[in-house]
Amino acid sequence: MLTLHCPYCGIDADETELAPGGEAHLRRFGPGSSDDDFESYLFARENPKGVHFERWRHAYGCGKWFHAARCTATLEVFGTYPAQTTEPPQDIRDAISAKRPGWTWRTFA
Amino acid sequence: MSDMTMSCDAILTRRDTVGMITLRGNLGGTKFKSAVKAAVGVVVPKTNRVAFEGDRGACWMSPDEVLLVLPRDDVPEALATIGAALEGQHHLAVDVSDARHVFALDGPDAREVLAKLSPADLAPNAFGPGDIRRTRLGQVAAGLWMAEDDVVTIVCFRSFGDYLDALLRTSIEAGPVGFH
Repeated sequence: MLTLHCPYCGIDADETELAPGGEAHLRRFGPGSSDDDFESYLFARENPKGVHFERWRHAYGCGKWFHAARCTATLEVFGTYPAQTTEPPQDIRDAISAKRPGWTWRTFA
Repeated sequence: MSDMTMSCDAILTRRDTVGMITLRGNLGGTKFKSAVKAAVGVVVPKTNRVAFEGDRGACWMSPDEVLLVLPRDDVPEALATIGAALEGQHHLAVDVSDARHVFALDGPDAREVLAKLSPADLAPNAFGPGDIRRTRLGQVAAGLWMAEDDVVTIVCFRSFGDYLDALLRTSIEAGPVGFH
């Protein structure tokens, strides 16, 4: 059972109040991109045992999308942050580094 | 399991004369604040709060949305007031009175009735007078707010109204758990 803190309304929302949105920080490759880039944008996803970044929507609450950093092995939540960003904010990275030194995820560390 | 003959001390009523306006825009804007004041006579509520003055009020719904509550007959006039106050500003104001069912749950066991159906923290220090919590009741989305102590107003989409009515009555009949 996950409890995620919604950064918009400040409520600690239960997993059943949220809608999952898959992996966070995807870079879109649209018209004009190479077939390889487009294919990986559509289908290639991280599947780590450990630190992961996800999108969630507070569907039964304020309705806003946010991001969550958590561990897929222990379900520990490192933090949540608003979705208006293309990469994890520094305080979230610091929180992860404190618990999982040397972590990497795609191009982030 | 509590005594089977003991139901919760709470009374559920449907309130069909409540009018509602969804108002979206910049909640911090000066014009927005004066539009809400002109329409329902209260200040724009802070995050997760409601502001009521009698049967008129405003509920915080999301960072860019408030739900204005007022008598159903006054909705057209309020919409005109809002339209005039927010002239030239990006906003959305819609009469959603028919979109939702409104229930009132009154009684000392109101928390018990709701807490059995929702993952939300409904303890008095987390949910009290002036608070609103949008959450899940059973299988459906619902908004709960408390304008005064022990009276909870519940709104849900109209298509879920019969379901929620039956769900709440079942919860009342099943009796209190004794947690709150």
